[in-house]
Amino acid sequence: MPLADFVLYEEEYGKVEAELTALCRDARITTAAVIDKNGQIIATAGETRRIDATSLASLAAGDVAAANGMAALIGETEFSVFFHEGQRDCIYMSLLAGRFILIAIFDKKVTSLGMVRLKANKATEALASALTSASSKSESGKNAVGEPLFADITSEDIDRLFGQT
Amino acid sequence: MSFINFSSREINCKIVYYGPGLCGKTTNLQHIYGKTAADRKGKLISLATETERTLFFDFLPLSLGAIKGFNVRFHLYTVPGQVFYAASRKLILKGVDGIVFTADSQIERMDANLESMDDMRLNLAAQGYDPEKIPMTIQYNKRDLPGAAPLVEMNRLLNPGGHTWYQAVAVEGVGVFETLKDIVKKVLAEVRNSY
Repeated sequence: MPLADFVLYEEEYGKVEAELTALCRDARITTAAVIDKNGQIIATAGETRRIDATSLASLAAGDVAAANGMAALIGETEFSVFFHEGQRDCIYMSLLAGRFILIAIFDKKVTSLGMVRLKANKATEALASALTSASSKSESGKNAVGEPLFADITSEDIDRLFGQT
Repeated sequence: MSFINFSSREINCKIVYYGPGLCGKTTNLQHIYGKTAADRKGKLISLATETERTLFFDFLPLSLGAIKGFNVRFHLYTVPGQVFYAASRKLILKGVDGIVFTADSQIERMDANLESMDDMRLNLAAQGYDPEKIPMTIQYNKRDLPGAAPLVEMNRLLNPGGHTWYQAVAVEGVGVFETLKDIVKKVLAEVRNSY
């Protein structure tokens, strides 16, 4: 079956964001993000204004998907860690709880790959716990708010969306 | 796989434009990008070869506005149409919520349309989707060309499931937003039924 729809509530979002903020501070990285394997942004922390996070998430998901396509070709189940090194900035990515990707962008002059990897590994458990909790809520109840959220969306509501485009 | 974020009050959905090489998938996205207000779109990203053929995918994030207090965001992707990029096409279907199958109306491209349709059904099934149930809209593009196949014939060959379909001349923008609006409606109807 394809992955179930994913719903993120305030509680889990807060935990993920707090972990990412701590990771930025502890590993001295510029920007941290959690996205899902389909390229949707779950949460970000650190310096996000100079980065087009939506595009970054889409490309990172494509990057990981392509790498894991290569993994399958050589008989590996998947690659779990990815690293791109630039002249100044680098991107470190690792898989998280099966369906998510942790992204860390850092300046080589400020911190090191070893430090980023160490701190990212430490953050992984707490991040995975929050995301797994969110996934279970999504899969079990679909809607933890307790009442239909969008049942009364009408065709006119949808038409209005295009009127605004 | 739609993603609903209660913290940022967003509904995120993914639409993939599928079809044979040179049928006009990227042209659809370019027209949507060109006609959408700056505050409602992100960057149009094209991972293309030097000859402007899609290598991996095109990507366009759209923000359509609010519905029931949630900002509705759609991520539009295209697949690379050329036959030898089969592995990439499969990856891009991950997490898809709706498909626009763009067919090339030229009679000589009918085999390519059929091959692409079969390829799509196989790839959807490989990702765990039921190709009969996923929201889908069919676009018959390049209707302005003199060699365009009759619509009855195209529907018989490419649309036995009776999906809604639109005629288009994507390079002039004809039928592009009509197609997009139709698939958005279908995907949001799924969201409505699920939540």
